Amino acid sequence: MSAVVTDHDHDHEHHDHKPSGIKRWFYTTNHKDIGTMYLVFALIMFFIGGAMAMVIRAELFQPGMQFVEPNFFNQMTTVHGLIMVFGAVMPAFTGLANWMIPMMIGAPDMALPRMNNWSFWILPFAFLILLISLFMPGGGPSFGWTFYAPLSTTYSGDSTALFVFSVHIMGISSIMGAINVIVTIFNLRAPGMTWMKMPLFVWTWLITAFLLIMVMPVLAGAVTMVLTDKYFGTSFFDAAGGGDPVLFQHIFWFFGHPEVYIMILPAFGIVSSIVPTFARKPLFGYASMVYATSSIALLSFLVWAHHMFTTGMPVAGALFFMYCTMLIAVPTGVKVFNWVATMWRGAMTFEVPMMFALAFIVLFTIGGFSGLMLAITPADFQYHDTYFVVAHFHYVLVTGAVFSIIAAAYYWLPKWTGHMYDEKLGQWHFWCSLISVNLLFFPMHFVGLAGMPRRIPDYALQFADFNAFISIGGFLFGASQLIFVWLLVKCARGGEKATAQVWEGAEGLEWEVPSPAPYHTFETPPVIK
Amino acid sequence: MTKTRSLRWSLPTLLLAATANATDMPLNMTKGVTEISQQVYHLHMTIFWICCAIGAVVFGIMFWSIVRHRKARGVQPAQFHESTKVEILWTAIPVIILIIMAIPATKTLIAMEDTTEADVTVLVTGSQWKWHYKYLEHDVEFYSLLATPKEQIINKFAKGENYLLEVDRPLVIPTGKKVRFLMTSDDVIHSWWVPAFAVKKDANPGFINEAWTRVDEPGTYRGQCAELCGKDHGYMPIVVIAKSPADFESWVNGEAERIAKAKAEEQELLAMNMGMDELMSVGERTYTAYCAACHQPNGEGLPGIFPALKGSSMALNDMPGHINIVLNGKAGTAMQAYAKQLSLKEIAAVITYERNAWGNNTGELVQAADVHAVLQGKGE
Amino acid sequence: MALKHKPLTFKLAVTALAMFGFGFALVPLYDVFCDLTGLNGKTAVTAASAEAAQIDISREIVIEFIARPNKQMPWLFEPEVRRMTVHPGEIHIMNYLAQNPTSRMIVGQAVPSVSPGQAALYFHKIECFCFTQQKLAGGKDMLMPLQFYVDPALPSQFSTITLSYTLYDVTSAWTGDSAESSQPGE
Repeated sequence: MSAVVTDHDHDHEHHDHKPSGIKRWFYTTNHKDIGTMYLVFALIMFFIGGAMAMVIRAELFQPGMQFVEPNFFNQMTTVHGLIMVFGAVMPAFTGLANWMIPMMIGAPDMALPRMNNWSFWILPFAFLILLISLFMPGGGPSFGWTFYAPLSTTYSGDSTALFVFSVHIMGISSIMGAINVIVTIFNLRAPGMTWMKMPLFVWTWLITAFLLIMVMPVLAGAVTMVLTDKYFGTSFFDAAGGGDPVLFQHIFWFFGHPEVYIMILPAFGIVSSIVPTFARKPLFGYASMVYATSSIALLSFLVWAHHMFTTGMPVAGALFFMYCTMLIAVPTGVKVFNWVATMWRGAMTFEVPMMFALAFIVLFTIGGFSGLMLAITPADFQYHDTYFVVAHFHYVLVTGAVFSIIAAAYYWLPKWTGHMYDEKLGQWHFWCSLISVNLLFFPMHFVGLAGMPRRIPDYALQFADFNAFISIGGFLFGASQLIFVWLLVKCARGGEKATAQVWEGAEGLEWEVPSPAPYHTFETPPVIK
Repeated sequence: MTKTRSLRWSLPTLLLAATANATDMPLNMTKGVTEISQQVYHLHMTIFWICCAIGAVVFGIMFWSIVRHRKARGVQPAQFHESTKVEILWTAIPVIILIIMAIPATKTLIAMEDTTEADVTVLVTGSQWKWHYKYLEHDVEFYSLLATPKEQIINKFAKGENYLLEVDRPLVIPTGKKVRFLMTSDDVIHSWWVPAFAVKKDANPGFINEAWTRVDEPGTYRGQCAELCGKDHGYMPIVVIAKSPADFESWVNGEAERIAKAKAEEQELLAMNMGMDELMSVGERTYTAYCAACHQPNGEGLPGIFPALKGSSMALNDMPGHINIVLNGKAGTAMQAYAKQLSLKEIAAVITYERNAWGNNTGELVQAADVHAVLQGKGE
Repeated sequence: MALKHKPLTFKLAVTALAMFGFGFALVPLYDVFCDLTGLNGKTAVTAASAEAAQIDISREIVIEFIARPNKQMPWLFEPEVRRMTVHPGEIHIMNYLAQNPTSRMIVGQAVPSVSPGQAALYFHKIECFCFTQQKLAGGKDMLMPLQFYVDPALPSQFSTITLSYTLYDVTSAWTGDSAESSQPGE
């Protein structure tokens, strides 16, 4: 699609009424400021969660207990998971949505700017509460990010109340963010921006936002029940009072499975933007991409119990959830085939965003394959709760979601800062990350198949070699991300001036405003031909 | 297919001198020793090779494109962006592949769901952090605890061959017979997993789950708890020994006899008084096995989760209360009732130990008869 | 907020609230679902009617009884027999022995679970001590009866039904009348 920018954006500089200093960030209702804050916050959380992963890998470097106690180890795995899911990946996507969606659909800002400010500013408090709980007597939450009852109710420490409060705030923030995205996309599209002309990133985010509104409240319900079971004498999950601990898992995964698509659908949108740009060829099968995304979202409500095959369910139930889960491979496959078809007979160049997008396609697909294997109920009895599962979800979340976020950052960084990033440094970052991430997660498949359960601080001797290897991969991957920070700082401070289009093959409204994007864009809507 | 299992990975061993006491790890899922586990293995390999084949085709095309269709080669990009025919094709082909995968998966799953009568039934109860086995057809039941010494875990002693995969009393089952496991839990959710049988089933508190196996090869099979169950989740291994039916019979009869004898001894013990040294040594052993996981070897507990015994007013002043809490546990906390887990002698000894160790120098002795009195409701 | 955004924002917020409610609605929905499918092996919490169906003497079903006090429950709790062979449709009475070895009154609640789970649908209890909380003074014992029959419609693949009771100490949640619970010596 192409657009005629009827208004001259460079005229706007003179009415950029933004307060200076710290006040600007506290009071801002500007989508670009809020997007930046979300992204910086996500990066900080990525490093805090990453530091916890380093603690985990240090302890697992050798068999025996070296650095931490089992109880602290469990706190690390729990809080690492919570921070990476709710503090790093989800806010990063919300940040990208804030920055890019208004610019992609020709809107002047998000539809509900004040709510936008709140939904960001409650987040740091949520995570502050979570992190402070680590310093309570008895430590922070140690029941895994999935907080299965009754481990999280009768048998948990007093930090559970803080954990619940923190998850509530995260949930409210996500729901407000999602409402904002939906209202923006429904009401503020520029004239002529019909549904089937919207960039795929907008489409995938729209569907994600609906998923968020549907399932985040269910998570809030689950933590509320945990809270009342623990402190107020209810027995939702306590057999003694007529409850059922397995019910918790049903409620949690009713949220949890759509949640994993919340973390991957925007990634599909990002890759669908990047691949055509660097292949200099339009996206193959745009319509089927939209339908595939929608069907993945719908199917995500029908597969939750595939996380629970070992809880004991009737064969008919196991078969239903197995078939539905396998079915998800179809729309996911369509997406991968479409990306490959987009590259086919294109004229490709391999700048850093493209490199990360290509790595995404290959490594996410590997994660998809292990996901398909996990769907096979009888085999799942052997895979379940082993490192095979850990390998699987890190392939889809790290080399999937996180790689797509990094790709997006490189892709739009010149638009945000007005400067080209340091290509050479970026390539270093890419290759170091690619190699180390595979050293880190690929051997986990073997460790899991050989029988190592997840969430254990110490292991049998046969797993020692591989774990040492994995830990080294982990440290290298952690170190590689420091290159990224250095590159970001460098790019923010200066560099080669970026053009409006930035990339030769880039198409879309965001590339028609100057770089850096002015504080206010599209105050007069563009007209889409 | 069969060779991959015994493949040895030597590269990391060469690279990492750091891990001195490493043993070889199989690179693939175990084939196991039961018909079901072999079916599961073959299912796993079938799906794996199908995924590999799909991956080879898709990534092959992708890399071909990356090599050939690059701007550096001066190609002009094509502009096609849809083809209904192709899109239908690559929706339909995966559906067919999935159906091919689903058929053996369904068969195996149905084979696993065999509800015919079993020859031996074992009630498996998980609790923080040990397994309890009860043979329903025999008067045999016992706890099975991690046997790896603490010194190996904290790297004071060299680690043994079966580090963290050894227990004091393994589960014994007969070969060639259908053994049914009923799983349940006393506290949080645990999961009983023996890879060689392809049996993994959650033990849910208050509910029972069912699984079964039929092992043909005599041998020792090891597994672990698979569901995060708290602090010492990594320290509740499972060891199963499969014996010929005759050996099993003599073992189970021997166990029944041993348990009956121990009960008889209990009665005799009531009339006897033990000395401080004996009580303290039995007490320390019992404490290490049953209490130290929570209250810690130094008796200081973990603040905010597990209370300290060192200097606690109960351990110093309130002997009946102390006996009572060990016997009956404390509802709503992780403190279990040990009346049925430990012998009177062990309980008397461990309480004596707790009242005289770490500077809790009360000098008081607790005898089996004192414990018995509280158990009978006369001590309070 | 611009006026045109209000209706949609409102609808979305209501959806979110409704989904919060739906999370809680999953609790009764789950119970209904379990009742229909026998998902978690829970048996009915109310008495079945005694108008038992025809007795099918051609079939024999083995019933295994498991009784377990939870680890914080000091009672001794045992079935009179461990297994019983019954014909579908026959009404049987099974007694459980409970003994409170402590010196204080303790209230117990037995939680039933049947395996295989689907068989729970065909296991009918006419009378059961698990329907109510059971109170037992210190040092006392009692027999707790269970009256049941197996539905002749039990699918043929089931030949053994395991009935497990886990007994919990629910003294703190005792719902008996206040006169009773304030008796001296308790």
